[in-house]
Amino acid sequence: MCLGIPGKILDCFAANGLRMATVQFGGITRQACLQYVPDAQIGDYVVVHVGFAISKLDEEEASRTYRLLEEIGQLLELETPAVDDPPDGEEK
Amino acid sequence: MRFVDEYRSGRVAANVVREIRRLQTRPWVIMEVCGGQTHSIVKHGLDRLLPDGIELVHGPGCPVCVTSLEMIDKAHAIAMRSDVIFTSFGDMLRVPGSETDLFSLRSRGADVRIVYTPLDCLKIARANRDKKIVFFAVGFETTAPANAMAVWQAAREGVKNFSILVSHVLVPPAIAAILQSPQNRVQGFLGPGHVCTIMGYREYESLSQRYHVPIVITGFEPLDILEGTLLVVRQLESKRAEVENQYARAVERGGNRAAQRLVGEVFEICDRKWRGVGSIPKSGYKLRYEFRDYDAERLFDVKEIDTKEPAVCISGKILKGIKKPHDCPAFGSACTPQRPLGATMVSAEGACAAYYAYGRHLNGEAASPTA
Ligand code: SF4
Repeated sequence: MCLGIPGKILDCFAANGLRMATVQFGGITRQACLQYVPDAQIGDYVVVHVGFAISKLDEEEASRTYRLLEEIGQLLELETPAVDDPPDGEEK
Repeated sequence: MRFVDEYRSGRVAANVVREIRRLQTRPWVIMEVCGGQTHSIVKHGLDRLLPDGIELVHGPGCPVCVTSLEMIDKAHAIAMRSDVIFTSFGDMLRVPGSETDLFSLRSRGADVRIVYTPLDCLKIARANRDKKIVFFAVGFETTAPANAMAVWQAAREGVKNFSILVSHVLVPPAIAAILQSPQNRVQGFLGPGHVCTIMGYREYESLSQRYHVPIVITGFEPLDILEGTLLVVRQLESKRAEVENQYARAVERGGNRAAQRLVGEVFEICDRKWRGVGSIPKSGYKLRYEFRDYDAERLFDVKEIDTKEPAVCISGKILKGIKKPHDCPAFGSACTPQRPLGATMVSAEGACAAYYAYGRHLNGEAASPTA
């Protein structure tokens, strides 16, 4: 459960005062917190572990790692249903 | 064996294996300390690809496996309360405690929910003000920053109906415990790449010096593991003992400072009991006093429950690299992933479960030399 999954940052926003992003993993998008990679920007690839980006990596490395995780069946956590928050100002 | 990319093809792997064979003059025992690495090794049969004298043993690198039975029983006691919504990562749901698991509790009516990230718990807390939301905070250093942020954010926002049941474990003290054991066989380590993404590897440098043991920080892809093994063997053969970083594309010596800072603000180091192994000094995190209002153990005052593992189970020895799954008489018969008896069978990343998943209970394999 310690493996991070690489994905691409599609957009950045703030939610409850935290810097967040929509991150694309293969065909799925999830929200991830960017507080631990303060310099990450839209278009960057980041390793995401339990909803937190923990490091940046390049595109080639990201796609290879992703396919390998897929192969060894380590993408299960992405199947957990999301409890997504709307961005600040639009609280449900 | 199948590699993902052409340019990282079997040819490169074969070259690495050939180089290991060329260097090796005597048998060596090398431990990987990451469940993801264990999984990759067994899946791709890397241990069988290596020359005969290089034995890979599987360390305590799965936080699900090493979460103590006592802590799991406490989780169950809390989850059964009608005023609680109990939240957890999916892989803890089937882990058996002394009597039951979270999955069964849920089918009996307990409000147990799987979350993708601990931040989801805050959303659940905001939407259910009349309930107490408790998160089962398990994991190594990789997961601690996420769990620390959930608590820190709850404190900042004044979310009062959220707490965590902390069972965090730390890798370096476990390595020290393995090396201190009189029965220790491990001569070199593949260090856990993703843990070091967060923590860096300074702590591993002092371990390597103190115990004169090579530690190579290694990724989890097949070629990473073979390269890491080569670097360990090269050190062993030349009697060096230092930390090398095979996984430089993801790991820096200092690690992720922002993450370390928040973890240090929210957690402090404590002794921790590991399933199958027992208590290891200074091997876990607990919440700092300032965050005691978020400590589920304190809030729910669950009693210490005295629990015992089945006598047949040798998972403690497996976690220390002294035995392998095949050495256990219950492996694949009385003990399977559907009915696990011990730590290393409860999660897919445990050594027994990984061996089982790839059919190693079917083809009789030689037990480890000390068996
Ligand atoms: S096979 Fe089961 S009983 Fe045997 S050591 Fe592994 S976890 Fe324990």
